[in-house]
Amino acid sequence: MVVKARAPRLELKGISKRFPGVVANDHVSFGVPAGAIHALLGENGAGKSTLVKIIYGVQQADEGEIVFDGERVQIASPREARALGIGMVFQHFSLFEAMTVLENIALGMDEPPPRRELEMRVREVLDTYGLSLDPYRHVHTLSVGERQRIEIVRALLQQPKLLIMDEPTSVLTPQEVEQLFTTLRRLASEGCSILYISHKLHEIKALCQSATIMRGGKVVATCDPGEESARSMAEMMIGGSLKDLSDKSNCTYGDDRFVVASLSAPGEPPFGTSLKEVSFAVRSGEIFGIAGVAGNGQNELLAVVSGENQRGVSGSIRLDGAELSRLSVGARRRAGLASSPEERNGHAAVPAMSLADNAILSARSRMGLASGGVIRAKAARDYAAKVIDAFSVKATGPGAAAGSLSGGNLQKFVMGREIMQNPAVLVVSQPTWGVDAGAASFIRQAMIDLAAKGAAVVVVSQDLDELLELCDRLAVINEGRLSEPMDVKGISIERVGLLMGGIHGSGEGAEPEEARAPATGRVKQPEPAL
Amino acid sequence: MMLAAPVIAVALTLLVGAVLFTLLGHDGLGAIFEIFVKPLFNPYRWQDLLVKAAPLAIIAIGLAIGFRANVWNIGAEGQYILGGLAGTGVALATLDMTGSWILPLMLAAGILGGMAWATIPAALKTALGVNEILSSLMLNYVAIQILYYLMRGPWKDPMGFNFPQTAMFSSDQTLPMVVPGTLIHLGVPLAAAVALTAFLLMARTVTGFQMKVVGLAPKAAAFGGFGAASTVWIAMLVGGGLAGFAGILEAAGPFGQMVPQFPTGYGYTAIIVAFLGRLNPLGILLAALVLALTYVGGESAQTTIGLPSAATGVFQAMMLFFLLATDILVRYRLVSGRAAPLGAPASKSEAETAAGGKGKAVAA
Repeated sequence: MVVKARAPRLELKGISKRFPGVVANDHVSFGVPAGAIHALLGENGAGKSTLVKIIYGVQQADEGEIVFDGERVQIASPREARALGIGMVFQHFSLFEAMTVLENIALGMDEPPPRRELEMRVREVLDTYGLSLDPYRHVHTLSVGERQRIEIVRALLQQPKLLIMDEPTSVLTPQEVEQLFTTLRRLASEGCSILYISHKLHEIKALCQSATIMRGGKVVATCDPGEESARSMAEMMIGGSLKDLSDKSNCTYGDDRFVVASLSAPGEPPFGTSLKEVSFAVRSGEIFGIAGVAGNGQNELLAVVSGENQRGVSGSIRLDGAELSRLSVGARRRAGLASSPEERNGHAAVPAMSLADNAILSARSRMGLASGGVIRAKAARDYAAKVIDAFSVKATGPGAAAGSLSGGNLQKFVMGREIMQNPAVLVVSQPTWGVDAGAASFIRQAMIDLAAKGAAVVVVSQDLDELLELCDRLAVINEGRLSEPMDVKGISIERVGLLMGGIHGSGEGAEPEEARAPATGRVKQPEPAL
Repeated sequence: MMLAAPVIAVALTLLVGAVLFTLLGHDGLGAIFEIFVKPLFNPYRWQDLLVKAAPLAIIAIGLAIGFRANVWNIGAEGQYILGGLAGTGVALATLDMTGSWILPLMLAAGILGGMAWATIPAALKTALGVNEILSSLMLNYVAIQILYYLMRGPWKDPMGFNFPQTAMFSSDQTLPMVVPGTLIHLGVPLAAAVALTAFLLMARTVTGFQMKVVGLAPKAAAFGGFGAASTVWIAMLVGGGLAGFAGILEAAGPFGQMVPQFPTGYGYTAIIVAFLGRLNPLGILLAALVLALTYVGGESAQTTIGLPSAATGVFQAMMLFFLLATDILVRYRLVSGRAAPLGAPASKSEAETAAGGKGKAVAA
């Protein structure tokens, strides 16, 4: 913040972008000073991603102008953006798992230098910013946090003047988040501006000096995150007051309803994680959380519990004492076990099929949508319509193709389809991933209500805030091993973070986990999660 | 546009066919006219068309059910032969008997024969993960050898002057004509019935649903409780059974006995029929007529304008290639220029909601 403190590094003036039927950006204007960390806040669909794609040259604005370092610029492609000094770290990494870190970095460059020179420059960047990463490790052996570091190094090699970070912490452990923040603060102190996109408000409070809040494609507010509460910012984002989830403190737990004991299973080749002696028990009326960084066996656990994967599985899965582990997917459903995997498109739902057909997919036996092998089309349409209605899914009706729904709406439909079958056990992965705040709190409330009716609910999520808000107890999965369950009341975030990192999170040469600096800037009590 | 693709493919076949045969020194336009137009104006040829279309349709319907579920049974030719042989076995065993029970028994044996042959690739696939394309295709050649062996050995007609063929079937063992005085036998209405039944089963039953889901989204199928093994078994048994059914209908119909010339490539042509008919049983009826036209017209073009017999095969193959090509171009569009740089395909959630869920290059 030394150089030209007043002159904005980036200034947007009246940026508009229309897609058929939607105005994604409606005369968006704001500026980011040099050396500032500026937050761009908003719900899903608020237009944040479209805006940064325009800044990064992936898309072109219909109207408005971009001023960079005092000059009006046209950014026609990401290449031109990089030439100007704009770097971006995407939420979804584009990395080749079977290649090394260095190879991946070279592949992402416009004109990669010779390998030796590149390695030198990579090591220089790693040293300068205190990032630990081995250039010769294969990507599939890296944790998500380390993979993100590759993307960051990629961006830093271009010596950016503006770095755009799109939801960078959604897959990191609390300790990794703290490390990332250190890097970002350091970058900012050297004069690089950072445009930080997130919906995690406590992070924005900890990191950013200013914030622009978007809703429905428009800038609705600009604020200083330090002076706002997380709740007030959340309410600006959703444009209304936030509804609290109903209190769970007076609910009663029954007996153990869903018991998983010593469950082991081989991982999917080539890079799958095997499950190792996973055990947990969930009582009737209880919501049990499984935290962990992506790729630590969550998907494998879901597939084994639902019955989709039965190869090489050992251990037991009991529902009200009845053994399920030898039963088919259909038989488990009939016994009362409902599940919803992380990926909606193509796993929990068939995009090309109608919602009515997608109701048949997993609700046919419990809801009588087929009898004697014959589909009851009307019953399927009625059930789909009921789900659409009860979960306020925005769709043209039961005949709408699942693929035509937005991610959040499809998730509401999928969750509604499972919850309205009134299962004895519900196992879900990432129930609110990519879902806007209103819908997320609706889905969470539905799970609380289901538990209140006596069901046992298991929530697998990478969003620790969500688990802290929702669950009674939680355990952490790391490299296919599940930790001892912990009561959420009085839980130590630090301990959860360390468990999430496991030995997996430390790169070669990093100090042992326990010796790491304690995470700071992290609130112990969950804020209204979004 | 998905329905326009077959029409475009047929039109391109005609166009390129005309050019090709002109370049080869034939009368290109005349050849097209002889093959694709003239039979349509000759009522006598209509019955030929129906008789050729019936087995094509029956086999293609069976294959299409599997193709829907990404089970690639290329062994219909062998299953067709084994179906014909199984039915023939029943016929030879009942040669001296009479009764209306014989023909249904032969038809049932035909279906079972085709199914039995299809169990081999199905079992290999489910137990050992053997690719069903290769195993089912290779079994076609085994089936032909079995046919040759039986014709020249145990099943040779003792009164047949040492010709490698079976005895003629009795009247209780041959298909009755449904239109007296023509060649239109019972197999023709049966083909229509098979199409209608298949259409209803695919639309209304959980099994039909299963085949569609497996083809569209295999992981969702597993989530829905549809096992991969059961899908392979259903697809192979239905495909094999219907191919076998077509086989015995041909043996007990136009052939009236079993001969070494029994395999005529219907099992392969039916693959083209299945795709041209958009894997839809009713569309397949129409597509079967188009392919039957290439057989009927191709035969008459040999005599009238001296076109080589390979012309039929050339037209059929062109039709498949053009169909595959148009399908690709209907789904994707060509974009010139440099590939997008790494990192450009950005986070999809917001862009897709904003753009109404439409991908950039995919417009299907």
